[in-house]
Amino acid sequence: MAYSEKARAAYKELIDGIRNDGLFKEERYIHSEQGIEIKVEFPAGSEPREVLNFCANNYLGLSSHPEVVKAAHEGLDTRGYGMSSVRFICGTQDIHRELESKLTAFLETEDTILFSSCLDANAGLFEAVLNADDVMIADRLVHASVVDGMRLCPAKHDTYKHSNMEHLEKKLQEHQDARYRMIITDGVFSMDGDMAKLDVMCDLADKYDAMVVLDDSHATGFIGKRGKGTHEHCGVLGRIDAITTTLGKALGGASGGCVSGRAELVEMCRQRARPYLFSNTMAPVVVAAANKVLDIITVTTERRDKLEESTKYWREGLESVGFDLKAGDTPIVPVMLYNAKLAQDMSRDLFDEGIYVIGFFFPVVAKGQARIRTQISAAHEREHLDKALEAFTKIGAKYDILGKGKQEIIDTYGL
Amino acid sequence: MAMQDLIIEYIKDEYLEEDDEVGLDTSLITSGIVDSFSMVSLKTFIENKYDISIPDEKAAPEAFDTVRKIIDLVHEFNPDAT
Repeated sequence: MAYSEKARAAYKELIDGIRNDGLFKEERYIHSEQGIEIKVEFPAGSEPREVLNFCANNYLGLSSHPEVVKAAHEGLDTRGYGMSSVRFICGTQDIHRELESKLTAFLETEDTILFSSCLDANAGLFEAVLNADDVMIADRLVHASVVDGMRLCPAKHDTYKHSNMEHLEKKLQEHQDARYRMIITDGVFSMDGDMAKLDVMCDLADKYDAMVVLDDSHATGFIGKRGKGTHEHCGVLGRIDAITTTLGKALGGASGGCVSGRAELVEMCRQRARPYLFSNTMAPVVVAAANKVLDIITVTTERRDKLEESTKYWREGLESVGFDLKAGDTPIVPVMLYNAKLAQDMSRDLFDEGIYVIGFFFPVVAKGQARIRTQISAAHEREHLDKALEAFTKIGAKYDILGKGKQEIIDTYGL
Repeated sequence: MAMQDLIIEYIKDEYLEEDDEVGLDTSLITSGIVDSFSMVSLKTFIENKYDISIPDEKAAPEAFDTVRKIIDLVHEFNPDAT
């Protein structure tokens, strides 16, 4: 038997190590559609209970929106279930190209190519457009899929301190001998909820002859006055060379991603990006629903406007009762606790109070930066936010952290 | 400048904020000061400064975990480096 007892024992030991380090990830089974009021079975085997969801990337509340679900049904009826082919053989329908055109128009770019996820978009882009004569210079907090995509690319890679534009400039100066320089950043950083300084970055890119690539997965659909993303918010529409983003968060939340940007970069992805060439793209049912999502958010900014208001209300509510928050104005609102066990204990207690949130700690975030990450959705109503504020206040009081800053929390609980 | 001081100065400039300190035995990788993604600039700095080429199998994150280990690594490839 190839899978020996020795191998089994070794893997078991590794898994035990993950568990002992407190890093074991457990799934919570949801017995309802994705939304705010969900039924969750946790721990496994327990009776599902109703909780309010504050940890989804369902920023626009479109994951189970009736019009989106209806469009998915229609897509299933008219275009079938699967394609059984990669795009360039016989896996492209009219609705795939329709979605690419809508994304191009919405993001105000030149062209768009779909991938089955943004992880795949990031895996495909860099290798398709760069070679060993080039250099990629990335923010140190870019998403893991960007890191993986860079590792697949033969170009040199370097990093700069998070959002530190002086450090980026120094790196651009150091790499002037490369054929192409590519600056790579997230638009909204998923753990802290802060935004990249794209205006400064684009000026530096002009000054030092560099391309700018943006992963806007936590921004597309709601950041910027028309929800186009971080590039709209920062006033640099048309100046980003490639945007990678997802349809798995605000834009319906099912799956799928894209590269949208300069026509030649997109075409190079069509010719060379391996996840595009060797894997099916988005299923017709998902594409049909995503087309409807684009229609909804193009016609009205109502949902992103509500999200902005709710985020403000949530942030002010938490601050007013004395929680220590990461500064920012995106729907990612981290409640800072610094101590990993405190983050775990509080998230468990909040679940018992009917509020579904997750504690994050090292190595997901830097050591001593443990927090509960809350995420607001346009589907949150005021009563949901008030109920959660009440629960947070109760649990915050239980652990005596209300009104306390970083040092006081660390003095009480340690790092 | 001695190798130890030079490497510490580089690490402070490249990875730390103004008030942070690092010593000869400060854990860089396991403490999260330097991660495997951003480690490449440290490796490139060492290679350029001491005219060495560290092969991938020797460039595991553990080999860069402290300034002392980095100095040992440099000496392995350039015994005369100071």
